[in-house]
Amino acid sequence: MNSAIASPPMWQEEIFSILKEGGVRQVAYVPDAGHAHVIRRVHSDPDMRGVVLTTEEEGVATVCGAWLGGQRSVLLMQSSGVGNCINMLSLIQNCRFPFFSLITMRGEWAEFNPWQAPMGKATQGALELMGVTVLRASKPDEVAETVRAGFDAAFEGGESVVVLLSQSLIGRKKWEHTK
Amino acid sequence: MRRTNAVATIDRRAFVSRLLAACPQSLVITGLGSSSYDVFAAGDRPENFYLWGAMGGAAVVGLGLALAQPERSVVVITGDGEQLMGLGALSTIGAQQPVNLSIVVLDNGHFGETGMQPSHTSLGTSLSAVARGCGIGNIVEIDEMDSVESLAQVVNSRQDCTFAQVHIRADELPRALPPRDGVYLKNRFRAALGLAPF
Repeated sequence: MNSAIASPPMWQEEIFSILKEGGVRQVAYVPDAGHAHVIRRVHSDPDMRGVVLTTEEEGVATVCGAWLGGQRSVLLMQSSGVGNCINMLSLIQNCRFPFFSLITMRGEWAEFNPWQAPMGKATQGALELMGVTVLRASKPDEVAETVRAGFDAAFEGGESVVVLLSQSLIGRKKWEHTK
Repeated sequence: MRRTNAVATIDRRAFVSRLLAACPQSLVITGLGSSSYDVFAAGDRPENFYLWGAMGGAAVVGLGLALAQPERSVVVITGDGEQLMGLGALSTIGAQQPVNLSIVVLDNGHFGETGMQPSHTSLGTSLSAVARGCGIGNIVEIDEMDSVESLAQVVNSRQDCTFAQVHIRADELPRALPPRDGVYLKNRFRAALGLAPF
């Protein structure tokens, strides 16, 4: 076990606690470093099911299936996956399924990889065009409150909501390159 | 082995009707297009959830439902075109293997809703081979109408995550249109399971 696993940022554990206390039973995800702690906690919890996806749109569909069957399910992805979800979000809007997703941002802060930028810039607009409410947390001490607000709007109010987790929260990805 | 549906004999509507008659307790998700019409024509019931869009999503809606309702058989009935748009879903399902989930693909080798253009299953793709490669536990390929009874037993037994490729004739049948109000379909489905609106 390395130190990153032993002591993740507190906001990541707070996210897991909100999902757990909120009765979430299925967590569908395409991995991201910013979600790694939550994914690990989900897989080690006997009352929760982690569902790894090949593409994010599968997660839009599978959380709807979970709701049809009486379980709360959330979707974790990074911003580059939002574009993959667009048409599948019609399922959410047509049937008014509660929808809650946590999205780690790329392409907006100290980004090394320019291929992340176009979708990162379009993430919020694309979601809003499809009728999804977009919240954002940029500082560690605002994550829990924002996630809880979005979670309740989804599962108590029946809304479709995402919380964007700013890239500055996650920090610089370490790349090896020569100068 | 490459095969086509040119020699297929199964009438899709009769097959679906017999399957559902033999699985009266099942929760049913349908892929958009002809599969939805087939299920509706077999008899509307609140435990049917018809997709009119979300192409490629039927099998994974079934996955979330199957994980949430382990005591019920969940049957996804969809077509080759709809499943081809979500091939990755077979991999996702193969990683979870809910034993109460059966994916039934009515394969006529064509995109029936848009003018019967040949689909990839007429052009080399074997969906059952893909499903096997994704690790789904029980793979069946059906060419005879009489196999419907054994498929129904598999569905009802809830002992193995199943993918069934059913070779059907490429008929263009009259449409039988299920309700397309998604909120209504969602709420009546949940009500049939004893679940309240949120």
